[in-house]
Amino acid sequence: MNNLLKNFGEIMIEVEIVTGRTLDQGASVEEKLSEKYFNSVNFIELSEEDFNSLNLNDGDKVKVTTKYGCVTVYAKKAKLPKGLAFIPMGPYANQITGIDTEGTGMPRFKGVRGKVEKTEERVPTIKEIVEAI
Amino acid sequence: MHMLHIKNGIVIDPKNKISKEKMDIFVKNGKIVSEDEIKKDECKVIDATNKLVVAGGVDMHAHIAGSKINTGRTMRPEEMRVVRTIANKFRATVGRVLLTSPAIGYEYIKMGYTSAFEAAQPPIGALHTHEELDSIPMVDKAALPVFGNWHFVLKFVQENNLEKLKTFIAWALERTKGFGVKVVNPGGVEAWMYGGNVKNLDDQVPSFNVTPREIILSLIKATEELNLNHSVHIHCNNLGIPGNYQTTIETIKLAKGFENDKRQVLHVTHVQFNAYAGDSWRNVSSGVEEIAKTVNAMDNVTIDVGQPIFGHATAMTGDAPFQFTLHKLLGAKWSNKDSEVEGGAGIVPLVYLPKNPVHALQWAIGLELGLLVDSNKVVVTTDYPNGGPFTEYPYIMTMLMSKKMREAELQKVSPYVQKASSLPSIDTEKTLDEIVHMTRSLPARILGLPNKGHLGIGADADIAIYNFNPLEVDPSNDFEIIYRSLKSAMYTIKDGKILAKDGEIVQEHWGKTYWVDATGKVDLESISNEIEEYFGYYSVEVRNYGVEEEWIKRPERIVI
Amino acid sequence: MALKDVICTFCGSVCDDVQFDTENYKGKKFCKLGSSKFSKKERIKSPTIEGREVSYEEAINKAAEILVESKKPLLYGWASTVNEAIRLGVILAEKVRGVYDQSASVCHAPGTLAVIEEGLPGGTLGSVKNRADVVIFWGSNPMEAHPRHGLRYSISAKGLLVKGRKDRKIIVVDVRPTTTSRLADIFVQVSPGYDYLVLSALRAIISGNADVVPEMVGGVKKDTLLELAEIMKKAKYGAIFYGLGITQSRGRDRNIENAIKLVQLLNRITRWVIWPMRGHYNVVGAGEVPAWEVGYQYAIDFSRGYPRFFPNEFTAVEVLRRKDCDSALIIASDPVAHFPKDAVKHLKEIPVIQIDPHPNMTTLVANVIIPSAIAGLEADGTVYRMDCVPLRVKKVLDSPFWSDEKIIGEILRRVEELKG
Repeated sequence: MNNLLKNFGEIMIEVEIVTGRTLDQGASVEEKLSEKYFNSVNFIELSEEDFNSLNLNDGDKVKVTTKYGCVTVYAKKAKLPKGLAFIPMGPYANQITGIDTEGTGMPRFKGVRGKVEKTEERVPTIKEIVEAI
Repeated sequence: MHMLHIKNGIVIDPKNKISKEKMDIFVKNGKIVSEDEIKKDECKVIDATNKLVVAGGVDMHAHIAGSKINTGRTMRPEEMRVVRTIANKFRATVGRVLLTSPAIGYEYIKMGYTSAFEAAQPPIGALHTHEELDSIPMVDKAALPVFGNWHFVLKFVQENNLEKLKTFIAWALERTKGFGVKVVNPGGVEAWMYGGNVKNLDDQVPSFNVTPREIILSLIKATEELNLNHSVHIHCNNLGIPGNYQTTIETIKLAKGFENDKRQVLHVTHVQFNAYAGDSWRNVSSGVEEIAKTVNAMDNVTIDVGQPIFGHATAMTGDAPFQFTLHKLLGAKWSNKDSEVEGGAGIVPLVYLPKNPVHALQWAIGLELGLLVDSNKVVVTTDYPNGGPFTEYPYIMTMLMSKKMREAELQKVSPYVQKASSLPSIDTEKTLDEIVHMTRSLPARILGLPNKGHLGIGADADIAIYNFNPLEVDPSNDFEIIYRSLKSAMYTIKDGKILAKDGEIVQEHWGKTYWVDATGKVDLESISNEIEEYFGYYSVEVRNYGVEEEWIKRPERIVI
Repeated sequence: MALKDVICTFCGSVCDDVQFDTENYKGKKFCKLGSSKFSKKERIKSPTIEGREVSYEEAINKAAEILVESKKPLLYGWASTVNEAIRLGVILAEKVRGVYDQSASVCHAPGTLAVIEEGLPGGTLGSVKNRADVVIFWGSNPMEAHPRHGLRYSISAKGLLVKGRKDRKIIVVDVRPTTTSRLADIFVQVSPGYDYLVLSALRAIISGNADVVPEMVGGVKKDTLLELAEIMKKAKYGAIFYGLGITQSRGRDRNIENAIKLVQLLNRITRWVIWPMRGHYNVVGAGEVPAWEVGYQYAIDFSRGYPRFFPNEFTAVEVLRRKDCDSALIIASDPVAHFPKDAVKHLKEIPVIQIDPHPNMTTLVANVIIPSAIAGLEADGTVYRMDCVPLRVKKVLDSPFWSDEKIIGEILRRVEELKG
């Protein structure tokens, strides 16, 4: 994984992103318009090393960009191998996953390369995500 | 007040000793009635002048509903891609040999069959079996839960507790809304949980102090003491293994000493797969002669054929270890389902090729059984879909009636049949009366269904009319005409309603699901401790186990 | 008695030992997921057409009109409702010449593709509970997705031959440590997208060809693979439970095929079974019902009046991506939340009918919204657990809402009337 130096010394890292279920996401999956659900799906988990390399603090936001799109989410530290990131399945994950199913009908929800950089942008609400599509 | 008058048909009704008599049949409210019960001018008249009129066919052993049938469909889209009918007034139907549920109902009824029995129901999957049965339109149906590897059975046999075994059978039939005691490779499927199988009737079943012989005898005893309408129905040990005909004969002989004046005490199913002599696939030959001799000499055993039909088939049985063997033999895809503490199942696709020596021999063996066994003891089946489609029963029927047809077919198959089977030298031609018996009155009697398989007063109005005159057509020579006619009934009547005409569906209808309630003959409380305790080894609660009558569309309870 | 025995209708474990207090609207013995299912949540309060509150009859009539006027409607979802509703849905899809697809197409459908190639050597959860002395979770995290699975069936369950946790070896294969891997005896970390190679390496070792396996395969050391292979060969009865980790990553159905071939090989040495960890309480039914009705489990097109199955053409994601449907009926699911955004676009452009108890993201784009009763609480019906064991979920509460079965049944009836 490379640390690419962007303009003005901002740092961007490359990660492999997988999306998936979590207990919190599952426990609020039938309340998608609630704050509880919003909080369970609006973040990306990074390894401690990757988190620190972006000079992040708890509660900071990052912009995640893949060839399919980009999304602003909160960043969290988690026990992950360096270079691997995790976003809970849901509308935020789906802003950056593609619809190429390679003939199977199944998008590649697990395993998309993306760039992550710190941002001051706001994390969009669920309704805003739907409006923007 | 729906009434039918079937005029001038040539009736064959073996149960009522009617052989090619010109007579009228009267139907009222779904039953066959006498002439004085109807008003002729209010009847719908069917002109059956000089046409064969018989009871609707009874398929007493086919795999038509339940988890393994559906897994078969799921794993074989190559089977499902054949389109039979496009959706319009009725459902779309698809399937080559494996069929969708609507297709099964429509194809049976088009052929003049009106009842079909699911041969093997995994007990914990009973609700699924009933859901699929209730998605099969037209025919009356039932399912046979499988007992031969069920831990409760193994326990009670081991403890030699006949009373508890009887009680358990009644409990199980009620919970599964099942029809009778089916046994599949007794002891062998439990052995498969350890990677093995049983090889003979006296092998010990792992973890239990019982043998297949003890399991079978105990189940026969229990079934006879309960006096269930259907006897023990067994798929023998060693299915599909060269040399297995001896196991089959030993199993058949277990019926000695039992008596029942209404029916057989043991029904041995798809005997073709268990009629191999020799000791390897290189020298395998027919073991039918001795089996036929044994069955013919006993008055309390019946069999069905399990005829292979050249073309595609799918092997699906509760004989899980055999299915694994088949997977290894053929290198084919393979599904397996170990089921709680009850048994198992396996599915493997196959093809029967006429030039393949083994397949041709299997085909010959099936026909030998149909020809050499007394017509009062052998039922026509293909063990659908293991041997092939049930829609080819007319093929089997005409082959059994015509030596000429057999000779022509023998030209097309592997010459191995000439030395490994006696089919070429069998001159027997069964009569049309016998064939009607083997597909109607005999299976109805075997199953213990007095209102099926015949056209006497009080019988269910399940009637088939075929477009040929049995007084003029000669089955020996005119097999093409008979085959075509039997494939596609002129009229199929079910519960007094015309459902099919000339091979086309005319009306949709939902049949009854029979189940047997023997709980009145036992004290269910006497095994409640054993059930509660052993249910700890199930993955569901005992209170959620089983099927309630309200969940079945048209349940028909048979009280013992 | 306010405390009723119920059957949980959340995940594929379908725990049937749980209870519900109807007076206090509270579950007993449920895990966090089941508790949330059996707790009070926001409901869609009334049927609506374009935001206007209407009666059920009006909404159903409008839904039927939309379906009949469409050239090719998409009927999608189905995994979180009962068989009785699903069966009517399949018949409805056939009637309106639409496309039937269900949630498995973005979940476990690759497993079905693998079954088509190789079959499925499996067993029920009770077989595993009683016999499995080695259990592998491959690309699956039950502690977060099926929290009571281990307790009831696979990790600490008390079985006939395997008395508890101590008698089992639990192995987790995943790309990252998870709550499940933390309680495993062995955790094998694989590089993302490399499961296929790891499975091939295991097959090579177990079939006696360890010499072709390099020192490192997909981030896993050869020594680890040799150890794993030994454990698998020595198992008396092993089970692989696989999850979305290998159905949704590179290789998809090929990963499952490879795992199945591994299990075929193992059965020549000892006994092994393999089974998918199905996510929803009746996603199995959403596939089994169409299989017996029309021959296939998902991705079924009826536009020619008969069922055709092609995953690359008739899955919901593919249909939406190509804009190959002109209306959609979404039931018991939320594609706007769970499909990649480019597949969601088309849903904003076509009439969408939604049937669900709770408002979700699809509700935000739906034109006709029909609230339904919650299966397992307010409506009964048949569901299939992840291992296809059928259970009948209960109705323990009355509610003003119609069941899915009734709604679909009425739509079908109205469609038949309109079509004449």
